[in-house]
Amino acid sequence: MEAHFSPSVLIANIVLMAMLGVITIAIIRLRSLFAIVMLGGVYSLVSAAWFQAMDAVDVSFTEAAVGAGISTTLFLAAMLLTVRTAKPSKPIKKRWAPLAVVLATGAALVYASVDLPVFGSAEAPANAHVGKAYIEATPSDVGTPNIVTAVLASYRGFDTFGETVVVFAAGVAVILLIGFGERARAASDWRGKDEEQDENFSDDSHLILRVVSKFLIPLIAIFAFYVHFHGEYSPGGGFQAGVIFAVAVMLYALIFGLKAAMTAFPPVWARAGAAIGVAIYGMTGIICMINGGDFLDYDYIFGPPVEGAHHGHHNWPQITGIIGVEVGVVVAVACVMITAFYAFAGRVPEIRDEDW
Amino acid sequence: MNMFADLHLAPEALAVHAPVLLVLAPFMMSTASVFAPNGRFAWGMALLTSAFTVWMSLVLASDVAREGVISYHMGGWAPPLGIEFRADGLNVLIVILISFMALMSALFAQPAVAREIRTEKQPLFYTAFQICLAGLMGMALTGDAFNLFVFLEISSIATYVLVGLGATRDRRALTAAFNYLIMGTIGASFFVIGVGFLYAATGTLNMADIAERLNGLDDSRVVQAGFGFIVVGLGLKAAMFPLHQWLPNAYAYAPSFVTVFLSATATKAAFYALARFIFTVYDPNWDFVVAAMNYVLAPAACLAILFCSFQAIFQLDVRRVLAYSSVAQVGYMLLGLSVGTVAGLSAGMFHLANHALMKGALFMAVGAVALHSNVWRVCDFKGAAKTAPLTIAGFTVAAFSLMGTPLTVGFLSKLRLYDAVVINGWWWAAVVIATSSILAFFYVGRLLQAAYLMKPDEGAPEIKEAPMVILFALWVLAGLNIYFFFDSSLPLGLAEAGAEAVLGASAGGVQ
Repeated sequence: MEAHFSPSVLIANIVLMAMLGVITIAIIRLRSLFAIVMLGGVYSLVSAAWFQAMDAVDVSFTEAAVGAGISTTLFLAAMLLTVRTAKPSKPIKKRWAPLAVVLATGAALVYASVDLPVFGSAEAPANAHVGKAYIEATPSDVGTPNIVTAVLASYRGFDTFGETVVVFAAGVAVILLIGFGERARAASDWRGKDEEQDENFSDDSHLILRVVSKFLIPLIAIFAFYVHFHGEYSPGGGFQAGVIFAVAVMLYALIFGLKAAMTAFPPVWARAGAAIGVAIYGMTGIICMINGGDFLDYDYIFGPPVEGAHHGHHNWPQITGIIGVEVGVVVAVACVMITAFYAFAGRVPEIRDEDW
Repeated sequence: MNMFADLHLAPEALAVHAPVLLVLAPFMMSTASVFAPNGRFAWGMALLTSAFTVWMSLVLASDVAREGVISYHMGGWAPPLGIEFRADGLNVLIVILISFMALMSALFAQPAVAREIRTEKQPLFYTAFQICLAGLMGMALTGDAFNLFVFLEISSIATYVLVGLGATRDRRALTAAFNYLIMGTIGASFFVIGVGFLYAATGTLNMADIAERLNGLDDSRVVQAGFGFIVVGLGLKAAMFPLHQWLPNAYAYAPSFVTVFLSATATKAAFYALARFIFTVYDPNWDFVVAAMNYVLAPAACLAILFCSFQAIFQLDVRRVLAYSSVAQVGYMLLGLSVGTVAGLSAGMFHLANHALMKGALFMAVGAVALHSNVWRVCDFKGAAKTAPLTIAGFTVAAFSLMGTPLTVGFLSKLRLYDAVVINGWWWAAVVIATSSILAFFYVGRLLQAAYLMKPDEGAPEIKEAPMVILFALWVLAGLNIYFFFDSSLPLGLAEAGAEAVLGASAGGVQ
């Protein structure tokens, strides 16, 4: 069976892919780091739109939150540590070896694409085998309306555990290699001296920004929790929620100063939270083991499942398990992102007006 | 394997969870080490974790010996819907090796890390070590192709930071770690592209299920391209020539404890994964797989053996001598793998275990010598045998094993490899093995000559004997290099059982 696309979707896909190509070339040719970081964000946003067009809403959401949102912010924070433009590169040498590798890789991809199943075909193995089984089994096995959540947090919850550890490892790497810098060590001294204003952030500067963000930041934080707890019904989940929460803290730091942010959310919390998040995820699985199941077998989360018991509209053990591990993900991801931001931002003598 | 069949090391309730505990214990302990009050406490936690993984790996080995294949279903979901940890003949050896080398490295770590890593960073350093250990374990145990990628990433990220922490001693560690990061990320991307192709062709991620569904798909271009991407991706991680460029600097500038641990485990886990994909996911009898083994992997292996052994002779830094030698040794394993017979693969796996024992000991001795004096050049080793006799003696045993001298286990694995290639009619590979043994004599000989025959330079820092705990670990490894020569039933038995498990008695036809 051929896949049927309406022409408009097809045109949208082609246009979005072409835009990605153009952005990539622009990124390679530009020398201004600021423009490159911005275009990187644009690239993520366009890919998010493209994923949306391909009906992968959860992936699209993640790409928008992580790629366009937080990595752009982190790049900006990192950029403050260096100059604004890349040095003119060394006289361009013709490097044939990398070119050959790239061409060979491209050739292999094209070679394979000939035999790839038609995109979107219901008979493609990717849709017919395990993918189909997930769609059929989720309502009775897990009972979450969002099948992506069932796959990520239950069927393949162990992968998600691993990915949480990846994020944790990244946080550990940032602390070990960069550290929180002098400013973080000073952060403990700032606590309790809130009335002392940072000289760069007197009351009258950025008045509009401050007022607007005072509205926005709590809403962003609440939205993070919405994305988390609603993840089983709609696109979203722990990773996106964690990132969104971290953005709220970062926005606070950008507008009210790092000092204020570090007072509100001390670096020590961020560091501890990264580990605690992973531990929450692991403990959720270990509770299932103690109750006699396999690791992360949520059916055992309240004890061995009763045979034949009909669990009505909601499959509470599975839902509890999924919420439990997602809490771990939120805590770990948010804390690691904040850690990374503090690490970069903590190394510069504050973000000054003339830098922007 | 029989020796494990009668072992009952843990209560049943614990033993059934052994596969996941091998990964879970380091993960949970790594989060706890973040809160360790000081480096010494964190070290104790890491040591405990390593000892626990040794215990669990033995429990797992005994279960596999009794039941053949152990499959653990994560989340209680049976594959292919869920993720499976799968222990069989092939990975039991790797699991035991990684956990044992982790324990030995952890013993070495205490004095080494105390000197090389800044005090406030030590607890997190051990966190990174345990994440790395769990990642390697997961790579060795998982039966799911995408899960393997996740663990590859976990171990890699931890490895980059561990290597980068050599910067307190030598700033070049940062560029070494950065190069490794770039190369490693490219390798991981290639691997995941390959897994993506396999998913497109089969619709599943479980390795056993992929293998089943690949039946008759050997002329699919998707499957063929996937093979290429997976081999290149894992080959990069395993330091397969010519994708090994990241390795010498990473090993040379990392903290010495990290070098000991990585040299004994990291490339081994990637090599195992490569073997797993070639022999159990793909079919080693398919035309394009045979062609890849004969015309790509085998020549690459031979080039690695010759070229990197040769490069090792001219290195000034002792760790770079050993690092280039490591790439050459990966060549040996790869050569055994590319023969594609039971004899070849078992020789490769046997050499893999032996190489971990000898390189672990060698890097330990080098790290011990540098512990007080902070010297790394070959010429700095002059006269070390007089001032640090026990350390250098351990070094010597392992060095002889590396050359493949009789009375050490290195002799046995080279001999078996030699047999395997000769039976296969690859006389040119036999010549390569013989030649490289001569080259190994030169690069190892240079070190021994400096240590035993030369007098230290005027004003050179005196080389002191290593602390007791390092000597203990060093001599356990050196002792095993000798012991396994006389009774190689443990590593060889596991290697042969592994090769037979994946190839079957019929596929090789050579025994």
